[in-house]
Parts: sequence; C-alpha cells; structure tokens
Amino acid sequence: MSSGTTGRRWTIAGLVIVAYSFFPLLWMISLAFKPPSDIVSGDPQFLPTTWTFDNFTSIFSDSLFTRALINSIGIALIATLLSVVIAMFAAYAIARLEFPGKKVLLSLALAIAMFPQAALVGPLFNMWRGIGIYDTWIGLIIPYLTFALPLSIWTMSAFFRQIPWEMEHAAQVDGATQWQAFRKVVVPLAAPGVFTTAILTFFFCWNDFLFAISLTSTDNARTVPAALAFFQGASYFESAVPYVMAASVIVTIPVVILVLIFQRRIVAGLTSGAVKG
Amino acid sequence: MTTVETPSTREARGDIATSDRARGERRLGLYLTLPSYIVMILVTAYPLGYALVLSLYNYRLTDPGGRSFVWLQNYWVIITDPVWWNDFVTTLMITVITVAVELLLGFWFAFVMLRIIRGRGPLRTAILIPYGIVTVVSAFIWRYAFAIDSGFVNQWLALGGFNWFGDRWSAIFVICLSEIWKTTPFISLLLLAGLAQVPEDTQEAAKVDGATAWQRLYKVTLPNMKAAIMVALLFRTLDAWRIFDNPFVMTGGANNTETISFLAYRQNVTLVNLGMGSAVSVMLFLTVVVIAWIFVKGFKTDLSQVRGGQ
Repeated sequence: MSSGTTGRRWTIAGLVIVAYSFFPLLWMISLAFKPPSDIVSGDPQFLPTTWTFDNFTSIFSDSLFTRALINSIGIALIATLLSVVIAMFAAYAIARLEFPGKKVLLSLALAIAMFPQAALVGPLFNMWRGIGIYDTWIGLIIPYLTFALPLSIWTMSAFFRQIPWEMEHAAQVDGATQWQAFRKVVVPLAAPGVFTTAILTFFFCWNDFLFAISLTSTDNARTVPAALAFFQGASYFESAVPYVMAASVIVTIPVVILVLIFQRRIVAGLTSGAVKG
Repeated sequence: MTTVETPSTREARGDIATSDRARGERRLGLYLTLPSYIVMILVTAYPLGYALVLSLYNYRLTDPGGRSFVWLQNYWVIITDPVWWNDFVTTLMITVITVAVELLLGFWFAFVMLRIIRGRGPLRTAILIPYGIVTVVSAFIWRYAFAIDSGFVNQWLALGGFNWFGDRWSAIFVICLSEIWKTTPFISLLLLAGLAQVPEDTQEAAKVDGATAWQRLYKVTLPNMKAAIMVALLFRTLDAWRIFDNPFVMTGGANNTETISFLAYRQNVTLVNLGMGSAVSVMLFLTVVVIAWIFVKGFKTDLSQVRGGQ
C-alpha cells in the first residue's frame, strides 16, 4: 500500500527527530555517571567504564551547588509568579477591554522581546551596586520578570481571547453572585492558560545565564547556570566534567518532568503566543 | 446619505450610560496595564538612557576620579577598533548559519509533526526537550562532546587530537551546533502553527489540478504561511544576534569567537570600563533596531501577526 509506506516513512522520520532530541541527553547522563578518571584516561568512550553515583553525592555535599540550586529555584519561582500576576492584569485588559494605550503596550512588549539584554548588563550592574541590590535575589528577579513579561502577556491574552466570557454573565443571570460567577466560572476557564504561561515563564527564568553571571558575585544569589562555570575537580589533576554534567542532569530534571506532563499545553502556549492561530 | 448623529439624538437613546461605561472601561484598562508599563519602562528604557549618558564619558570603575566627558570618542574608538568588527563578523556568521539551518531543519520537523500519524504526542514531547534545556547545559554537553580529553567526536570520526576550539571556524561550527540543536524545536513549532493554518482545500484543489508535491509547497503552502515564516525568522534572527551563553561556555571568546553581547559583557562587567561598555551596549541596541527595521520595512514582516496585535 502506498499510503502505508508513506505513513511508515513519516514514522521513521519521527524516530530520527526523537534521536536528535535525546542523543545529547544520553551523552550528558553518560558523563554524569562516569568516574572522573574516565575523562582523563586519554581514551574517551561514549559510555562510562563503570557507572558511579559519586558525582551526584559530591555535588550535593558542595555548598557551591546546593546554594545555587536553592537560588535557582527560589528566584525562578518568584520571578515567574510576579510576572504571571502582572501579565494577567494586562492580558485580561487586552482580551476584554477597549482602551487607549492597548497598541502601545503591545508594541512595547514586542520591543522588550527583541531587546538585546546584554545592553542592559552595564547600566544594571552599576545601578544595582548603587542601590544595594547587586548580588541579591531581588536583583535578578527584577530583570527576569521584566524580560518574561512580553511572553507572559502574549501567551495569556491569546488564551483569554478564547474564553467564552458570556458564561460569566450567564451564571449571574442564573442567580450566581459576581464573586461566585468569577470563582466557579471564570477561574476554571482561565486557569489552564495562566498555568501554561507560568510553565513557559519558568523555563525562561530557569534558563538565564547572562544576568546571573553579571549581577552576582557570590553564592548569595548565583544560580546554577552561573555556578557551573565555577565548578572544579576534587583536586588539580581531576576533571570537573562529571560534576558539571551531574549538576546539569539535576537542573534538567524539572524541565523533563514539566515537558512530559504538560506537552500539549506547552505546544499550545508556544504557538498561540507567538503566531496568530 | 448617512444620517449624522448629534449629541442630542445619542442622549435621547440613552448612550450617556454607555459612554460612561466606555470611560470606566478605559480607566480599568489603564489601571490593569499600568504595572506592566511601569516595569517594562523602568527596567529597560531607564537603564538604556543611563547607558546613553555614560557612553559619553571616559569612566572606569577602577578609576572613578578620572571620569571625564569625552563626547562621542568612545564610539569612534569602537568603530575604528578591529575587535568590534571581529565580534561583529562572528555574530553575523553565527546568526546567518544558525537561522538558515534552523529554518530548513525546522520546516522538515514541522512537516513530520504535521504528517506523522503514529506517535504524534511522544514526538512533540521529544522535540520540547531541547527547547526546555538550559542553554548553558546544552553548551557544556556539546563542548564536552568535542573536547580533546572527554569527547567522543574525535574518537568516532577518527580525528585523533584535533582541537575543535583551537581554531575560529571549527569553534564557531560547534557553537552553531549547540545553538541549532536547542532552538530548532522552537522555530519548528512556530512553522507547524503556520502550516496548520494553510487551508486543506487549497492543497486538494492544487492536487486535483495536477500540481506536484514541490509545486504545491512553493505555490500554495509557502505563500500562505509567509507571515508566520517572517515572524519566526525575525524572532530567531534577533535571538541569534544576542548569542552569549554558547561562546562564553565553549571558548570564553578565545580565537576570535567573541560575539557583540559578549563584548558588552566583558567591557562592562569584567573590565568595569563603564564608559566604553555603555557605548558598546548602545551600539548593540542600535544593531538590533536596524535588524528589526530591515525585517519590518524591507521584508514587510507583519508584526500584527504576533498574538495580541489584533
């Protein structure tokens, strides 16, 4: 059957793409489980000679990593929460209200999305030192939430446009109070969009390196991506490679979990947020 | 003839109430968007203005007393310095290579995602993994794969002790590889959304009229999704132009692999040469404006395609 063979051809192509996505991941995992002596053996192999869990034990006993992990989680979560709340107001207004300045806001969001963040590193570095928030959580949260805002606003307003808002009114006609209508009708309808936006925003904050390395100097606020650059082997002669990769595995775990559970939503959020569907 | 509405006829119909409502709506709209305005302007426009001012000074943090107003001298130093042009060429090469490859590869991914019948969900899950991975992690993975001591690439390709990061172009190749791996999924999803918009019946009609698959792609599919392609291209181009993480992790800017963002970082943060660094920041900003302008005016990219533009 010709349709059967074309179907199989697309399946094979799909398998190639799956391999594309996972191959570098396998390499990361392999390195993370290698004993450090494998790295400097002079005969590097793809897989470890012996699988060891020691690299993970080592990084978790090192405050350089554990502090950075706490910073990463805390900063990303707070920045995501703030960005989503601020964007939620704006997205509601964009989706439901007619007001002057709507176009300006969307243009501004577009400009911020294109903004070269490295151009802000200098002035922020200087300003943050001036007002005393250099090397603090808040010093990173502010730029993160700012640069996540356009993504949050677009994605959420796209979701909000699809909500059948008449239902809120219908519920009120049926005798629900305004609060009940909001809580029982609007919130359940809006929640998936808000949640999807939060995931995308979290990825954005979790990923940052430029601000993390420019606006921190100690483990007070240094996040994992920035801390990776400071990893060292147990001794001068030992390679840091397995430790860096073990830490990488750890910061990749939340990404994989979110992708596995919310694949559908993330795809919907990415595509609706960027291009009109 | 159209009847002209006078205020009195509107009043008679009770439009006063609706205009009150419109006014209320306007006010609520402004209140709700105010926090977004404040945050975005305070954190970008203000520091950029500050950078503009600083860029006119000779100002090093290590020598605060030597601060002096030098007009546009910093800019003159930059554009006559080979470092800027070196970084400019590196950034340009990385942008052109990655965006071109990602567009082609992304198209292929999008087609596969559209046509595949079995395993559609798992395929999309797989493709989101590189998208979600931290860029620095991707950079380390690819760096270690190509490194002399830890890597398997030289082993597999029988290249012996070839130092990929010892030469400008081979280092840029690896940098591009990491960048492409991570960001192709994003562009492919945007293209998939564009593909899904192309009406199926026009495809069918072209098929009935005897168009080949390639003709259908060039004459029907691509023109129909031009807007989606341009928006994806614009975003990816500007994103690639800002590249920082990959060269930082892989080469540290050695062997002429420094990019413009990297230069801005190095001048400002490493050398704390804030006057010169600010001038680089402003120049970086201007290059981005020029690119966006080329896309919007030159290629007629319709930015209202971006969601929210209505």
